Amino acid sequence: MTPAVTADETRQVLDVDGVSVRLAGRPILDEVRFAIEPGEFVGLIGANGAGKTTLLRVILGLQAATAGSVRIGGKPAAHARGLVGYVPQKIQLDPDMPVRARDLVALGLDGNKLGIPLPSRGKRKLVDEMLAAVDALRFADERVGNLSGGEQQRVMIAHALISKPRLLLLDEPLANLDIRSAQEIIELLSKRFAKQQQVSVLISAHEMNPLLPVLDRIVYLAAGRAATGTTEEVIREDVLSSLYGHHVDVLNMHGRILVVAHTDEGFQVLAGDDRAAEPGHPDHSRTGMQA
Amino acid sequence: MFAAFMINAWVTASIVAVIAGVVGFFVVLRGAAFVADAVPTGAFAGAAGASLLGINTLIGLGVFALAGSLGIGWLSRKARRDVATALILVMMLGLGALFLSFTVEYSSEIFSLLFGEVLGVSSNEIVPVAGLAVVCVLAIAVLYRPLLMSSLAPESAAARGVRLSMVELAFLVIVGLATSLTLPVVGALLIFSLMIGPPAAARAMTNSPLAAIGLSVVLALVTVWVAIAASFETNWPIGFFVGAGGAVCYALGRLVGHWRRSRIRVRPAVA
Ligand SMILES: Nc1ncnc2c1ncn2[C@@H]1O[C@H](COP(=O)(O)OP(=O)(O)O)[C@@H](O)[C@H]1O
Ligand SMILES: [Mg+2]
Repeated sequence: MTPAVTADETRQVLDVDGVSVRLAGRPILDEVRFAIEPGEFVGLIGANGAGKTTLLRVILGLQAATAGSVRIGGKPAAHARGLVGYVPQKIQLDPDMPVRARDLVALGLDGNKLGIPLPSRGKRKLVDEMLAAVDALRFADERVGNLSGGEQQRVMIAHALISKPRLLLLDEPLANLDIRSAQEIIELLSKRFAKQQQVSVLISAHEMNPLLPVLDRIVYLAAGRAATGTTEEVIREDVLSSLYGHHVDVLNMHGRILVVAHTDEGFQVLAGDDRAAEPGHPDHSRTGMQA
Repeated sequence: MFAAFMINAWVTASIVAVIAGVVGFFVVLRGAAFVADAVPTGAFAGAAGASLLGINTLIGLGVFALAGSLGIGWLSRKARRDVATALILVMMLGLGALFLSFTVEYSSEIFSLLFGEVLGVSSNEIVPVAGLAVVCVLAIAVLYRPLLMSSLAPESAAARGVRLSMVELAFLVIVGLATSLTLPVVGALLIFSLMIGPPAAARAMTNSPLAAIGLSVVLALVTVWVAIAASFETNWPIGFFVGAGGAVCYALGRLVGHWRRSRIRVRPAVA
């Protein structure tokens, strides 16, 4: 007898079920719960220090959860490595490295394998197609370290997608991009990959405004907990106030949404601004920390 | 200069150049130059210990090189690698000082470890060096992709199942063995210059990683060949010429890199 599975569960690409994480004795995530379906474009929104990177690392199996579980394509995360592509927050591509954009993309295909890669026409074609899909073919033979931030993000997206994962995780890919490059990356991810190719995308950001028009759903992290739903369902004063555990205002400033808390000294922007930070979160300039 | 007794020198130095060119590429890529300097320098203490006990110095070198590499790998899980390396280096040097103080005569054998005696290599010293070369080059070939990927995008490599700490440890052991076991033949100075100069030059000359490794081997070979010939002609120490050759390689690489960059045309913007 196979256990009964509802149609909903089989459709889910990612199921995060009550994940809690403590780091160095401090609670970082508290019973985070959400699911993603094929082709959904989901924003993981939270201020610096809210736990976005930690949550992505749990999904990838790089960080153990204190409680809860993660299932990918119905399988435990540990058995689903091939189903997930990852674009990390920090990439160390310095201009001295003799590595072309196409080398990095090819490593996405078989970088975990042993031995010298044998050149093959099929593989070259696959790499070229992937580079073309992210509009990176024109700098395929340049050093990755010499490319601009937006170009490097395209190459990293190609690197993450060439193994044909069903779920793509991106950690703050827009953080260091100018507005135009950010818009191009958002367009690429939401139209070409999420909607056309049905890749589920989970993209983290501390600045949600550029993403709001295209997100199918939001996972909003604050105080270690998550609120999930469409933008209209989540970015509301009652929902966010109960998430933060104190009253917050949601302001619409000429189409730009700010989440604001009133304090004794005045008010503090919690989200919607580049300087937004988790209340009481220590300085991020500390070394050795995952920002 | 091609007399029978010189053949051994040519052969040995060429083998060492191949090791240095291949392993050195990743030493430079991963910023591990300090490790490549510290492990053989510290392993010298193992040779001193071995000569004190009256056993083969090669065994002392190997054991200390291995222990040093593993120690650096173990410590650098928690601390920066350069700090871990320095710590291991001073511990090994301290032991070396102790061992030497027990040694009655100042062993010229140990002295030669720093500067090598490549012109006096005997045929039976070639075999272990050749064996080592095969092991090192094979190990780098097997680990090529994980090494490259973990140097470029460590977190995405980890997400793909590459065990970063195992790759780093294996790499440190390769570097430790490659540098230390070639010491008695070519000296610390020679192997270290060859591991840094040619690979650093090669990476400025090409954009492809495999081509850079090939170029790095070629530059290392040319450096040792020129150094042997120059040393034979002038009677100056070979270490001087290899050191100078490494620096010349590096300068050449910078020049070629500069020239290549100035040639890059402005990319047409997308329509
Ligand atoms: N290895 C760690 N040990 C202890 N605390 C950590 C560690 N990594 C991250 N943290 C803390 O966990 C919190 C969440 O971090 P992170 O997930 O990087 O946030 P975000 O990606 O949203 O900016 C921060 O307060 C951070 O200081
Ligand atoms: Mg982060």
